Amino acid sequence: MSYDSFVIQFLNGLAGASSLFMVAAGLSLIFGVTRIINFAHGSLYMLGMYIAVACAGKIGFWWAVPVAALAVAAVGALVEMLLLRRIYAAPELLQLLATFALVLVAKDYALWQWGSEDILGPRAPGLAGAVAIGKAAFPEYDLFLIGFGPLMLLALWLVLTRTRWGTLVRAATQDREMAAALGVNQKWLFTGVFALGAFLAGLGGALQIPREPATLLIDLSVVSDAFVVVVVGGLGSIGGAFVAALLIAQIKSFCIGLGFSQVTLVAEFIVMALVLVLRPWGLLGRVPAQARGPWTAERPLVPPSRPALAALGAVAATLLALPLVSGGYTLVLLTEILLFALFAVSLHFIMGPAGLHSFGHAAYFGLGAYAAGIFLLREKLPMELALALAPLVAGLGALVFGWFCVRLSGIYLAMLTLAFAQIAWSVVFQWDALTGGSNGIVGVWPAPWLASKTAYYLLTLVVCAAAIAFLWRALYSPFGYALRAARDSPLRADAIGMDTRRLQWAGFALAGLFAGIAGALYAFSKGSISPETMAVTRSVDGLVMVLLGGIQTLTGPLWGAALFTWLQDTVARNVDYWRAVIGAVILFLVLAFPQGVTGFVGERLRARDA
Amino acid sequence: MTVLAVKSLSKSFGGVRAVRDVSFTVAAGELLAMIGPNGAGKTTCFNMVNGQIAPDAGSVEFEGRSLARLAPRQIWRLGVGRTFQITATFGSMTVRENVQMALLSHHRRLFSFFSLSKDQFVKDAEALLDRVGMRDQAGRACSLLAYGDLKRVELAVALANRPRLLLMDEPTAGMAPEERDELMRLAAELARDSRIAVLFTEHDMDVVFTHADRIIVLAEGELIAEGAPAEVRANARVREVYLGAGAGHA
Repeated sequence: MSYDSFVIQFLNGLAGASSLFMVAAGLSLIFGVTRIINFAHGSLYMLGMYIAVACAGKIGFWWAVPVAALAVAAVGALVEMLLLRRIYAAPELLQLLATFALVLVAKDYALWQWGSEDILGPRAPGLAGAVAIGKAAFPEYDLFLIGFGPLMLLALWLVLTRTRWGTLVRAATQDREMAAALGVNQKWLFTGVFALGAFLAGLGGALQIPREPATLLIDLSVVSDAFVVVVVGGLGSIGGAFVAALLIAQIKSFCIGLGFSQVTLVAEFIVMALVLVLRPWGLLGRVPAQARGPWTAERPLVPPSRPALAALGAVAATLLALPLVSGGYTLVLLTEILLFALFAVSLHFIMGPAGLHSFGHAAYFGLGAYAAGIFLLREKLPMELALALAPLVAGLGALVFGWFCVRLSGIYLAMLTLAFAQIAWSVVFQWDALTGGSNGIVGVWPAPWLASKTAYYLLTLVVCAAAIAFLWRALYSPFGYALRAARDSPLRADAIGMDTRRLQWAGFALAGLFAGIAGALYAFSKGSISPETMAVTRSVDGLVMVLLGGIQTLTGPLWGAALFTWLQDTVARNVDYWRAVIGAVILFLVLAFPQGVTGFVGERLRARDA
Repeated sequence: MTVLAVKSLSKSFGGVRAVRDVSFTVAAGELLAMIGPNGAGKTTCFNMVNGQIAPDAGSVEFEGRSLARLAPRQIWRLGVGRTFQITATFGSMTVRENVQMALLSHHRRLFSFFSLSKDQFVKDAEALLDRVGMRDQAGRACSLLAYGDLKRVELAVALANRPRLLLMDEPTAGMAPEERDELMRLAAELARDSRIAVLFTEHDMDVVFTHADRIIVLAEGELIAEGAPAEVRANARVREVYLGAGAGHA
């Protein structure tokens, strides 16, 4: 690499860092004050891009940027007032779910408003040229961005340290309850912070339009990047976000510049994993203050009652007899519901009783699916053997990733699981020779005796029912109790000789193994596998299923999976803007049943009995 | 017989010497109280004994074995039980299940996937609950218990691995006065019956002087007095630390 191109890559990195820093700073600010991880932050960035592109034609680029940022700030304020305000007291996971629903709604809004084609933005008037650096040319606009990032850092720092409002924000970040007790008007503070965070995201997006086209796919990729930056820098630390944005942007720039663009994502997430293991609270982060909110303890686990067992038995018997009266599409849908039920139950196993909130469970589902396809087509193994071996690959993956994950807890754990899922996804996406890259693998069909829809449905039913029964039964075993013990009180668990990390590690691997079973079954049911199989959205689907059903109930994930899979299937087939509809349904459910649907029904039943 | 021997323990935090050259021993069946005014280094000292903090210098030996660099869970395996200042129990489990967890861990059955947890060591658990007077509440959820009862559950949990040493951090903190006396009487009785050595810290002087066999007093990180309750009560240095200079005749 010549000196010139080294300098160019370095400057590219600096320019890329500016927008990244703005998004991450907004995310961090919002988290610091409201304790909400805003999944929709990338969507705000995307809206900033589209609005700026749309306005630039009429009012010119330099006016379009602040207009777009302010418009996005207004959207943010509205979202806070209409939605988030109602769920500050809800469990962390439901808040995340609500913001994910916003991602879906925003995506479909942009699709409806601006169409599915990428839209190129204008050059920045006055900065459209390039300057010569050695023999290479470097865009003037990028030089402007390099300066703008630190300027925003300075502006934010001044706002936070020199204004009364900034003092309140810092006070609330340090100790929310205390700030409230001292009479800070939380309502407007929260709205203000959310609007500021949204403004930064919108600004970051708007400033990018001379560099890259506005696209519908930017939302999740920006928010994943922002997660990495925020976690590497330390949640709630603006300075940390700046340092981390520089670091991540440089890694990206040099990976691309050196011709290793395919390892960019991997490099980025490896850095994150390293930082989290060495400095669990990020480079400049502090050990998070414990919220003193009221916590509701879970009720003790009681063995299922006879009527409950009978009802489950009746459901199983009905499903078993169903092929006699029904066929075709119903069986295909039910096959899908069954294997997603297993996926959801395995996720619940690790999230509920073990208390490890995984945001990347789809990685193990995907590993199972890909392993099945690769064993069948590349290794020429018989289908039955491929199906049996594939889950072990998923379990092995979970064993490796889990080793890192169980060292963290709470939101940091969630981010790390997401990061690992993203690594797995990018490896699959980029390793053409083995996985077929973005095209995936086709021709993953079951053995002839399982080829009919009925036969495959019955296989799925038997395998999933057995697997779910095993996982549920395991919760009543000493191991299941030990997982709950480690979740309830790590201090006490340690003091009675329990190796909590080893227990959680085993639980994590077990959940991964069972997700792998679901994934392998999925591969053969579809006949093809694509990277979509293990994308972030699939992990979130799993979360939605578990949370819809209610995390405190055992059967919840089952009903959640059935409801969500059916809903997605029905809506996707009949409605153009199905994402928005699903997002709206999720929002409604979160607002109406903060304990999950099954939890809600359970409460009503108990109330009736009492 | 000496169960716990602490020798020349020291610890500094950022230049502040929290504990300086503290040595003491606890014998089997003996209740040793560690007292001292706020900031005397009791908690630091206590947490060095139970493995939560690594000392800068000095040693902690249990039955002649060094506890240096052992994690709390390893220390427990050697036969050291503990209770916490703020009770730490498993809230989503019943009283019986809390004790069963400790028994399962003691018998190394935590990685069993196929047996039913509720059938394990039921008799042992009930016997332990009987000893602390919680048998009739065995089926209740721990999250619903009164604080005093939680303390009893913790005691039963701490006794599950038949410890030879019991570490109790502020065992009666947060309890009503009459409950305090009852709990300490129970602890003392159990310790003497089973020849368990007990080290406890305590704020309530009534509890200390009624139930401790021996008392050590810390002030500003140093051990300033040691002896039977009557001796300590009469010690001029102790009176000075607790009551202030010139209060010797109060």
